[in-house]
Amino acid sequence: MNLISPPAPHIHGGSRVSAMMLKVIVALIPAIIAYTWFFGWGLVINTAIAITTALASEALMLRLRRRRLAPFLGDGSAVLTAMLLAFSIPPLAPWWITVLGAAFALIVGKHLYGGLGYNPFNPAMVGYVMLLISFPREMTGWMPPHILDQLEIGFVDTLGMIFLNHFPYDLSLDALSSATPLDLVKTELGLNNTVSEITANNALFGDFAGTGWEWVGNWLLLGGVLLIYQRVITWHIPVAIIATLFVIGSFFFLADPDTYSSPLFHIFGGATLIGAFFIATDPVSASTTPKGRIVYGIGIGVLIYVIRTWGGYPDAVAFAVLLMNMAAPTIDYYTQPRVYGHPRGKS
Amino acid sequence: MVTALLVLGILGAVFGLLLGYAAVRYRVEGDPLVEKIDAILPQTQCGQCGYPGCRPYAEAIAKGEAEINQCPPGGEAVVLALADLLGRDPLPLAEEHPKEPEKKVAFIHEELCIGCTLCIQACPVDAILGAAKQMHTVIADECTGCELCLPPCPVDCIEMLPLQPDLDHWVWPEPETPDYTSKDDATADKMRRKA
Amino acid sequence: MRRLHQFKGGVVLKEHKKDSTRMPTQPARLPPSLIVPLKQHIGSAAEPVVAVGEKVLKGQLIARAGDTISAPLHAPSSGTVRAIADHPVPHPSGLPAPCIHIDTDGEERWRPRERNIFNFAELRPAELREIIREAGIVGLGGAGFPAWVKLDPQGRAVDTLILNGAECEPYITCDEILLRERALEVLAGLLMMRHAVQAKHCIIGIENNKPTAYRALVDEVRNTGADVEVVEVPTIYPTGSEKQLIQVLTGQEVPAGGLPIDIGIVCHNVGTAYAVYRAVELDQPLISRTVTIAGSVAHARNLEVLIGTPLAALIEECGGNRQALRRVIVGGPMMGIAVHSDAVPATKTTNCVLVESAMHDVPLPSRDVFSLPCIRCGHCAEACPINLLPQQLYWHARAQNFDRVQDYHLFDCIECGCCDYVCPSQIPLVSYYRHAKSKIWEQEEEKRRADRARQRHQFHELRLQREKQERAERHKKKRTAVAKGGDDKKAAIEAAMARVRAKKAAQDTAPKNTGNLTPEQQAKIDAVDAQRAKARQTAETTPADDDA
Repeated sequence: MNLISPPAPHIHGGSRVSAMMLKVIVALIPAIIAYTWFFGWGLVINTAIAITTALASEALMLRLRRRRLAPFLGDGSAVLTAMLLAFSIPPLAPWWITVLGAAFALIVGKHLYGGLGYNPFNPAMVGYVMLLISFPREMTGWMPPHILDQLEIGFVDTLGMIFLNHFPYDLSLDALSSATPLDLVKTELGLNNTVSEITANNALFGDFAGTGWEWVGNWLLLGGVLLIYQRVITWHIPVAIIATLFVIGSFFFLADPDTYSSPLFHIFGGATLIGAFFIATDPVSASTTPKGRIVYGIGIGVLIYVIRTWGGYPDAVAFAVLLMNMAAPTIDYYTQPRVYGHPRGKS
Repeated sequence: MVTALLVLGILGAVFGLLLGYAAVRYRVEGDPLVEKIDAILPQTQCGQCGYPGCRPYAEAIAKGEAEINQCPPGGEAVVLALADLLGRDPLPLAEEHPKEPEKKVAFIHEELCIGCTLCIQACPVDAILGAAKQMHTVIADECTGCELCLPPCPVDCIEMLPLQPDLDHWVWPEPETPDYTSKDDATADKMRRKA
Repeated sequence: MRRLHQFKGGVVLKEHKKDSTRMPTQPARLPPSLIVPLKQHIGSAAEPVVAVGEKVLKGQLIARAGDTISAPLHAPSSGTVRAIADHPVPHPSGLPAPCIHIDTDGEERWRPRERNIFNFAELRPAELREIIREAGIVGLGGAGFPAWVKLDPQGRAVDTLILNGAECEPYITCDEILLRERALEVLAGLLMMRHAVQAKHCIIGIENNKPTAYRALVDEVRNTGADVEVVEVPTIYPTGSEKQLIQVLTGQEVPAGGLPIDIGIVCHNVGTAYAVYRAVELDQPLISRTVTIAGSVAHARNLEVLIGTPLAALIEECGGNRQALRRVIVGGPMMGIAVHSDAVPATKTTNCVLVESAMHDVPLPSRDVFSLPCIRCGHCAEACPINLLPQQLYWHARAQNFDRVQDYHLFDCIECGCCDYVCPSQIPLVSYYRHAKSKIWEQEEEKRRADRARQRHQFHELRLQREKQERAERHKKKRTAVAKGGDDKKAAIEAAMARVRAKKAAQDTAPKNTGNLTPEQQAKIDAVDAQRAKARQTAETTPADDDA
């Protein structure tokens, strides 16, 4: 009789990192399906490329750092990073863009800092920002949804465009692509057109935001709410981001509806929803205390609105998230919760 | 040009006067740094640092004459605490006992003791009870393990015994950090051999 | 209807309580040998008052309370004291502790009854506390704090006396069975405790997963007309923790570093109340308690166990296979101690014996051995009932940064294990906190010892200085004396020598061990003697210039 005597507690709830990551991936799938319906096979192909590159990069870095492969490759965090990165890249971007982005995200954004649990910045956003700044042309070639209604662009055609730069119907990327709704609003506002002039009679704009993007947004919202229900993430960050955007957006929109887009447009346009539920909530780089998470979310919301309206880029989620990642440790330090038995009003 | 020189010169003079006044008016008597260093040292008074006691060693560190890694009974904890206090870099222990020495307490074998009082005179904390031609014994609770009583004993009746662990002084062991390094991979081996 | 408050965090656990409440309690089989540890409580160990070979009666005092806070021990059964020696006890270290070993004679002869109290309300509270103290009653909820100390408000007013029947850990049902079977006795004990602290209100808190016990209590309260409130609380772990139960029932928080008495509340376990009843009403000291035996045993149940019964006997009685044991936990699965041997005895604070067999037939899902790095998900902070930040405590404890760890209030941690339970990276969080706490205590102990050593060293230096001065004084005096008259001095010396010779003759203080010495040792001694003689000589002849 050889008794083992480990320290208490002797039971565990069964929660696992890989299970958490899987839940997030599953919550993202409906949105991917909606996206593919509206914008073609590009996202699926990019996702596949990104996942392969991400896992390969992670394996390479683990080997270089002489770490075990199995537990880290299997925890799902690389796959999730890849999927979020693919979502942020235009669906027709060449394959090497995706490869470069995923490799950079995993190697520089995650493993150079120490791997799982040690990265101060969201790896997917690090990869995306690197691509955006280095390859502005390839990163702004987004597809409008109505093209699909007019042209039959199948799976093989898309593969050809991504890998071989071979376009069907003798079209070029410029002909196929157009600005995103956010892009369009920014440029046209710069040309002194009002918001209503821009959105009227433009098939790019649907009921309250971009065509197609509305649906993707709905599914992202649903996925995000599912994650909160499953207690994978807490409500603080998404609610703070969306509420801040709504409040600031309403304030400016009510003041001058011609110059400032509606708050719903801001929430459903661009990467706001995926940022609020899937990107900013990345536990490693976000704030961890409840009050801190609200402050973090408010900061992201403010930054998104400011950069979109007055800054140099049409979409700002990535920059907002990375800037608030920098502030997260300080936010945590100043928002410690009150401990049982300690008086209120003291840290 | 001249104005610049004049202005800077006057500013320098003003601040110099201020600092000089403060240096005299707010001078601190004594050297509180030595107290702080002495508070960190383990007070075994064993002399292994090369100084006759903990206080002289503290004074030497404060003067900058001694390094902070000369105290084996203090171990790594003391080196790190001193490094923290003085803003110096921590160094590995200078002695031939690189790891924390096991706590030992002196024990006099009474059947061998001849009552010569040499050990009593040697003990820096008066932890040995006895008198001339009377039995000597070590008060275990007060013994710091400095081993200064061992050389003078003419009959070698003093032995350093390790303290027995008991329930009241047991320390929860630190949980092992998981071994993230891969051991059975051929590639990892190749890389390790290269390094 | 009392308004309940909810503490932040906590986890909902699978109860596993049905199995052990199927059968009623019965006394455990009398083992051939009882091992009674001298320290089964918080405070100093008890001191034996019996000798090896002495015959003892059941309930007889075998060890009196120690000097500081302590509790006496009584013989759980009649028999002979076989030994007073070290034996393994339930402790995570597996180290042995001093115990009184009693060989039982099977007759269970009680010591004669000393007290007959007809109405406890006629006693003064201090007298009641004295009876409880003499009976050796300690907190039976698991902490083992001497009950009479907790029942001594020391002049402060006690607003509420709370009886803790929550029993939030899985598998443990000893309190539940006690309430089902002996609700009236528990109530009586509660009223006695109330008299001891003069509390204004009385509440019994019980988790809502024990409807039978709740009904039994409510019926007894109604039958006796006692002014006691029985309140059901939600079944969330760790509602049974004193701090959390007080918060749930009253909404107040025990101040950090303080005790419930600071806010006018006293909290005791239902088992302690029953022990108080037995001591006051039946004059029975604390020598047995209800213990749940559950897990990989054929018949999980509760037994009335004598203190000192080896766990092996209990496991066998309930149909456990001693050959296939993998883990034996004293306590529950969240906070229990996995003992190193099943020979350890049941003590006053043993509430449950949870058996895990090598066949893995009972689910005790443990964490992975290989833990991942912390992903800062914050689930641990959400689960912590004290609202700490476990991930910060973990980072700093791992870095051995004990100052920062205390900045995050490490010592407020109650080691409930909720954070550990929910961690997706499977990190053994509580082990880090326990390690940090014991290292900090060790450091404080070292500091105290170092301060003492410094004091002694300073006195040592002072003493040497003083002796030097005294010698200088003496020599000065001798010099003047010699200058006055030489013969007087010679006579003084002769007289002194004569005194020493007489003294030596009177007591035989000839030094031993000076018989067979090696030549080197003899040489050393001779050298020392010569030195001493020389010193004495030079002191007599050249008094101006001496050194030790």
